[in-house]
Amino acid sequence: MVPLPYYLCLSAVLFVIGVAGVLTRRNAIVVFMSIELMLNSVNLTLVAFSAFLGDITGLTLVFFVMAVAAAEAAVGLAIVIAVFRNRRTVNIDEINILKW
Amino acid sequence: MTTEAILFFILAAAALATAVLMILQRNPVMSALFLIANFFCLASLYLLLRAQLLAVLEVVVYAGAIMVLVVFVIMLLNLGEEQKLAERINIRLMLGVALAFGFLLELFYLFLGPGAQVADQISPNAAVIGTVESMGTALYGRFLLPFEITSLLLLAAIVGAISLAKKQP
Repeated sequence: MVPLPYYLCLSAVLFVIGVAGVLTRRNAIVVFMSIELMLNSVNLTLVAFSAFLGDITGLTLVFFVMAVAAAEAAVGLAIVIAVFRNRRTVNIDEINILKW
Repeated sequence: MTTEAILFFILAAAALATAVLMILQRNPVMSALFLIANFFCLASLYLLLRAQLLAVLEVVVYAGAIMVLVVFVIMLLNLGEEQKLAERINIRLMLGVALAFGFLLELFYLFLGPGAQVADQISPNAAVIGTVESMGTALYGRFLLPFEITSLLLLAAIVGAISLAKKQP
């Protein structure tokens, strides 16, 4: 049997890899995919807790996270396309007009 | 070591490797493919945790729907390769990554340190709650209101995506 902390540590490492991706990559779509990775690592935590505690709440929360991620993907990619149409780039160092 | 432990370590190593490769690739299409591989590893881990429905949904919704959308947009925009990381490294970037690793150590301390509640058995109940039947009962029973609000959220996302991406008059 694999104990619960193994799953938690795996998802912690995956989450930090996602954070590192968001910080180091400059392509908006790859940043976006790193966010998906972070969402998935949290999903793994929820599923693990759900399985070890024998409670269904975690599984339903994962279900809702998936629905939100799908909505986020649709809107986020639409924003990327709209930005690309205006600026001809998706490099987030060049799309920084909202930063000030 | 039991079969389950061996499977866990193989899948965990594969998930970590694909995640690292994903953020190291400079070509976004390769990043997307490694992310899809990562989703398959996670789906298998869900199966190890007896969450059958979520394992299938992970493949269908994430690898099937969301990543197809992402790959489609990458192909549509026809982006070149990114600048090398070494050419634009600065103190803020290094500080950010250092903080992320600090966060990792904090999480490890929380999960493994003193005071961590250790459950070392998967609950015998787990195989029952992961099925379509029990998930469906929960979603249409206790969680009916959030479930309906989710459909509203998806509708808003569809309308928002169309109005954002369509050609401006």
